[in-house]
Amino acid sequence: MTRRLRLWVLNAGLLATAALYAAACTGLPGFGGSRHPYGDRAVRTALQQHTANAVSSVNFDQRAFDTLGEETVLFACVLGTVVLLRQTRGEKRVPPEPAGVPAALRRYGLLVLPVTLLIGLYVIAHGQLSPGGGFQGGVVVATSLHLLYIAVDYKALERVRPLGLFELADGTGEAAYVLLGAAGLIAGSAYLANTLPLGTFNTLSSGGTVPLLNAAVGVEVTSAVVVLLAHFLGQALEIEGEDGDAKDGGRTA
Amino acid sequence: MSLLPYLTAGWIFLVGVHGIATSRNLVHAVGCLAVTQSSTYVLLLAVGYRKGATAPVFSDLPTDAPVVDPVVQALALTDVVVGATVTALLLALVVQTAKRHGTVDPDELSELKG
Repeated sequence: MTRRLRLWVLNAGLLATAALYAAACTGLPGFGGSRHPYGDRAVRTALQQHTANAVSSVNFDQRAFDTLGEETVLFACVLGTVVLLRQTRGEKRVPPEPAGVPAALRRYGLLVLPVTLLIGLYVIAHGQLSPGGGFQGGVVVATSLHLLYIAVDYKALERVRPLGLFELADGTGEAAYVLLGAAGLIAGSAYLANTLPLGTFNTLSSGGTVPLLNAAVGVEVTSAVVVLLAHFLGQALEIEGEDGDAKDGGRTA
Repeated sequence: MSLLPYLTAGWIFLVGVHGIATSRNLVHAVGCLAVTQSSTYVLLLAVGYRKGATAPVFSDLPTDAPVVDPVVQALALTDVVVGATVTALLLALVVQTAKRHGTVDPDELSELKG
């Protein structure tokens, strides 16, 4: 098939999809309407379970099993990326040369790093109370470590980022979630059921298992992002092909 | 125009699919997939919106305040993080493709190489 013909087929398909989708949209409830049967029930259950952040309640209590699935997709993606970005035969690791960083950038980075780290940990810890949680806070914590790469250099990042430990933490976060689910079975209820005391509404210890599952996800997302970025940075900065150029390593094959 | 948010989601989806299908560079194709996926966020949040309502977080709200649907927000939230890691996995595949075949143009990747 020539490129031109392919484009025609594609555009015909896209137009048909657009027409069907637009027709389907006319059957949807109006935008901004007041009828949200699932939302209303989810909010009622969240308040019953003493979880001020209804989104966290949905994620880690009402749909905790689905979140286990999503977390496992995340874990599998990290595993796959680690396997794909290994050092292959004919490649060697060359420690990158330290590059100069403007003094202003260095000062700014070192100033912002602890603040970012603290915000990340705060967002994870308060997932059951205020907007945030393990998924969002984990990304913020991982970002804070990489400010060291921007503000200082790669070596400094490597020193605060023992990769083996973060890989272990990734697995631990996933395992903690699975085991916390099993705790529900031991307590005589269903898998991932919220069996802990629910605590006082709007305090740090409210929500039963929500803060614990939240922390497990926080650990996993933090280490997942760190491990992913570590392998991409390794490919870009350290690993070189036989002819000595990382970018064109495979061109001769 | 109450259909506009839904149609916007559909538009983003179609633009993304068109980008993937006509892409001449695998990195660009992965970017287009991320665009396609982000249409689901727009659709989910549009479905859950309620006029005059606020975020479903009751730490500083009376418990009977009108709030938007937390279910779709939870879906969009996990979608964002999982989508980012899936993008990372696909980019890792692109890195390997570039190393093995010396090209990232999908049209030039027609032959099998051992």
